[in-house]
Amino acid sequence: MKQIGAVRSSFAPWNDPASVPLVRFEGVTKRFGDMTAVDDVSLSIYEREFFALLGPSGCGKTTLMRMLAGFETPDAGRITLGGEDLAGIPPHKRPVNMMFQSYAIFPHLNVEKNVAFGLRMEGMEKSAVKARVEEMLALVKLEKLGARMPHQLSGGQRQRVALARALAKKPKLLLLDEPLAALDKKLREETQFELTDLQVELGMTFLIVTHDQDEAMVLADRIAVMDHGRIVQTGTPGEVYEAPANRQVAEFLGDMNIFEAVVDSVEPPMARLSGEGMKFFVQDDDCPAAGSKVFLSVRPEKMRISLDPPPAKTPNVIAGEIWDIGYLGDWTTYLVEIAPDRRVRVAQANATRHVERPMSWDDKVFVSFDPDAGVVLTS
Amino acid sequence: MTRGPSAFNRISIGLGLAFLYAPIVLLVVYSFNSSRAVNVWAGFSTRWYETLFANDQLMAALWMTLRVGALSASIATVLGVLAAIALVRGGFFRGRAVFSGMVYAPLVMPEVITGLSLLLLFVAIGLARGFWTVVLAHATFTLSFVTVAVRARLMTFDRSLEEAAQDLGSPPWRAFFEVTLPNIAPAVAGGWALAFILSLDDLVIASFTSGPGSTTLPMRIYSAVRLGVSPEINAISTLLIGSVAMAIVIYGVVRARKTA
Ligand SMILES: Nc1ncnc2c1ncn2[C@@H]1O[C@H](COP(=O)(O)OP(=O)(O)OP(=O)(O)O)[C@@H](O)[C@H]1O
Ligand SMILES: [Mg+2]
Repeated sequence: MKQIGAVRSSFAPWNDPASVPLVRFEGVTKRFGDMTAVDDVSLSIYEREFFALLGPSGCGKTTLMRMLAGFETPDAGRITLGGEDLAGIPPHKRPVNMMFQSYAIFPHLNVEKNVAFGLRMEGMEKSAVKARVEEMLALVKLEKLGARMPHQLSGGQRQRVALARALAKKPKLLLLDEPLAALDKKLREETQFELTDLQVELGMTFLIVTHDQDEAMVLADRIAVMDHGRIVQTGTPGEVYEAPANRQVAEFLGDMNIFEAVVDSVEPPMARLSGEGMKFFVQDDDCPAAGSKVFLSVRPEKMRISLDPPPAKTPNVIAGEIWDIGYLGDWTTYLVEIAPDRRVRVAQANATRHVERPMSWDDKVFVSFDPDAGVVLTS
Repeated sequence: MTRGPSAFNRISIGLGLAFLYAPIVLLVVYSFNSSRAVNVWAGFSTRWYETLFANDQLMAALWMTLRVGALSASIATVLGVLAAIALVRGGFFRGRAVFSGMVYAPLVMPEVITGLSLLLLFVAIGLARGFWTVVLAHATFTLSFVTVAVRARLMTFDRSLEEAAQDLGSPPWRAFFEVTLPNIAPAVAGGWALAFILSLDDLVIASFTSGPGSTTLPMRIYSAVRLGVSPEINAISTLLIGSVAMAIVIYGVVRARKTA
């Protein structure tokens, strides 16, 4: 199979049948009343892996983590850690630390004492605690605020205290529930780097929940996309981005143009489709047989836009009119109307500072994409 | 923008305070009267305080009251906190509604009835009336006040704090002492102070449940007053007022420092 995207290719225990996962969810289900928060989830997380859970609000991410930490009991299935069934082991005996989505900082303790709490519980020596607390506060850039009480901190500072506190025990497995959501972009990126460094340095395994797909892409070795309590797809960032399992995953991770189409003919690896009054010529190994109803999805950055018509014979050309332009500095996105009330999104890198013939609103343009730019989805 | 209260508000506050405190002020002032007559001011003196400290009976009653108060308030606090935890945390258990209703019943029960029923109980089980029966009786009737105060605080307490403590390696009981208790401490201290003051105040229930040698101060004052008001009684009442006021001030300061 073709290698997709830029991934840390040397690290891929999930492809090695001999490797044993650190954490294993086997058919885990959790219900609250008649609401199924987590639905028959099976998942393996390997040692030293940075694993991200991605999914819309309320899809069961926190519940999944809370079961691993021991605060909720699965109604069905089992969870193992290092081969040992976790059922019946209370939270304080699990070698797992969790950073709570609500931070859960102890309001009666100052920043230092919050961070030191877990170390104190395990009976670490005073001087060692002090050193570790300093190290952790430096990591989250809160060295100067050690004596502050939690209510004297900003939201982002509180989040960093929670992060430092969860990291302080350097557990084998760290659960982070939206750890960076309240940080500004710059601090978030710095902390992301620190986290990856720390993970490599300490050989920790991270399970992180995030709403932010960019963050998941940057940090994670693998991503699991959840929806309504189920895992829809698990894979490396490249896989889930470039080969999404269905429209939902495709649209959840970045923007996607989706064309409803019918397969006309298949000559592996090529296929011809038609739909929405257009003909498409695509390359996809897994295209279903002729006559199937499919969804052709194309990422905006894999489309080209031009004022002049592309050479004849170019496949997948769509004529349209510019409906809106969004200038993002590094990228410009164009919304092109290709039929009444039907628009596609095209993203172009702004590789040069000056453009001879800039496109503007209402210009007639041509959008095209290569046969291997599209992915054929069946659902 | 800070314009202070209007004249109307000032007058009504003044009248209200006068209504509440004039009798107490009068009592305090007359405790420093050098004359034995209660309604004639004859100059400042602390002689009643001196005779008071020499009055063994009164001092014994004071000591008894303080001991009963401290002990019964402590018992009521422990039991009251446990009851509050059961009510807030217990989730649903059989008879929960009945239990929560019953905890509050003593709040509205007439003291005479509480006192009488306790007396009947002590007689029935053959417990000799004395120090311990008063302590038990006071713990019983002040417990509900502690429960109410602590329950309110526990309801707003974020349980994920306890979970975080457990996650960081403390067993549930330790999480309670390390995290929950410090955070509900103001309510627990407030509950204790309230129980203590209620016990200090109580005349009716103590009268029913005390025996020889366990006369509390309010009982002593009451019986003394029946023979005529003496400045000595004013003096000890002043001390009582002073200590209650002190307790309230200390509680206020502690609370203010907690939230500062
Ligand atoms: N203790 C509970 N009792 C009842 N329902 C619950 C409980 N905890 C979670 N739920 C429900 O389970 C579902 C999943 O919740 P969960 O907190 O796992 O979502 P999430 O994926 O973490 O969402 P978000 O991204 O908003 O944090 C939600 O519909 C939620 O309302
Ligand atoms: Mg959540």
